[in-house]
Amino acid sequence: MINEIFSMNGYGLYVWASFIFTIICFVGLYFQIKLQLKKEQEKFKIKYFDLTKEETETLKKQETYREILAFTNISKI
Amino acid sequence: MKLILKINKISFKAQKYIFFLFIVVLSIGVVEALILSPSDYKQSDSVRIMYVHVPSAWTSIGIFSVIAILSLGNLVFKNKYFLTIAKSLAPSGLIFNIIALVTGSIWGKPTWGTWWAWDARITSMLVLCIFYILYILSWRVFENKESVKKITSLISILGLINLPIIKFSVEWWATLHQPASIKLSGSSIHSSMLLPLFVMTAAFVLFSILIFLMKYNTELIKIKNKGLDRI
Repeated sequence: MINEIFSMNGYGLYVWASFIFTIICFVGLYFQIKLQLKKEQEKFKIKYFDLTKEETETLKKQETYREILAFTNISKI
Repeated sequence: MKLILKINKISFKAQKYIFFLFIVVLSIGVVEALILSPSDYKQSDSVRIMYVHVPSAWTSIGIFSVIAILSLGNLVFKNKYFLTIAKSLAPSGLIFNIIALVTGSIWGKPTWGTWWAWDARITSMLVLCIFYILYILSWRVFENKESVKKITSLISILGLINLPIIKFSVEWWATLHQPASIKLSGSSIHSSMLLPLFVMTAAFVLFSILIFLMKYNTELIKIKNKGLDRI
């Protein structure tokens, strides 16, 4: 059974190569985009902590900023 | 505008749910594709490559269509979010295009006896890959906002012309690539093979949604970072 799955009637190399290539592409793209996202979140955090109290209050009134703050787990306590 | 705000809101929250759903659907699809589905009477087990090749080609073409429509929408409605959405869709579209080309090439060796042929379908898919690369590069190379909007819109609209060529290439020219087996009028594929094909397509669509949401969030935070600089 296991041998059959691996050999695929002699086509195993082609079939497994296709599936493994697809998975590698998925994992590579996922981590690349995740890294970009983390970088931007870090930049946002640094800039956010440089703001004055009044400026942060103004930001919190805007919906997209509120979402980003919740998403990046920032609290300025 | 309300819809865009809703997308912004959903994009931050939906990622983990989409990721979970993607893993579940992909696992079912892979088991179906590699173990449960039958082998073909002519192509034997090499037919299993279809379960990654066809969904990736469909998804790649679908994503480029959406990018082109959004670019057209931006030209008409002048909504900057259209281009941000289009830009966020491009990476997964390119990856699916590359997967379609590479797995197609791997499938070509046992079925046609060659890794590559300058066949109309394969060449038009390669042209689509070039359009994807040009589109993504334009966002990186051009710094002027107005020119990047015009150039990326032009690339995607020009690329749109290539899509019907991909679709009908197997009918217009004598090609090595087989004609479409699944049409609106029906399918010549047995349901035991059709089911894993659709499950894998669903998994690939979920993956492209996941990557889109992550990239869209990145772009949103990038925009808001620029906003913070101005405060």
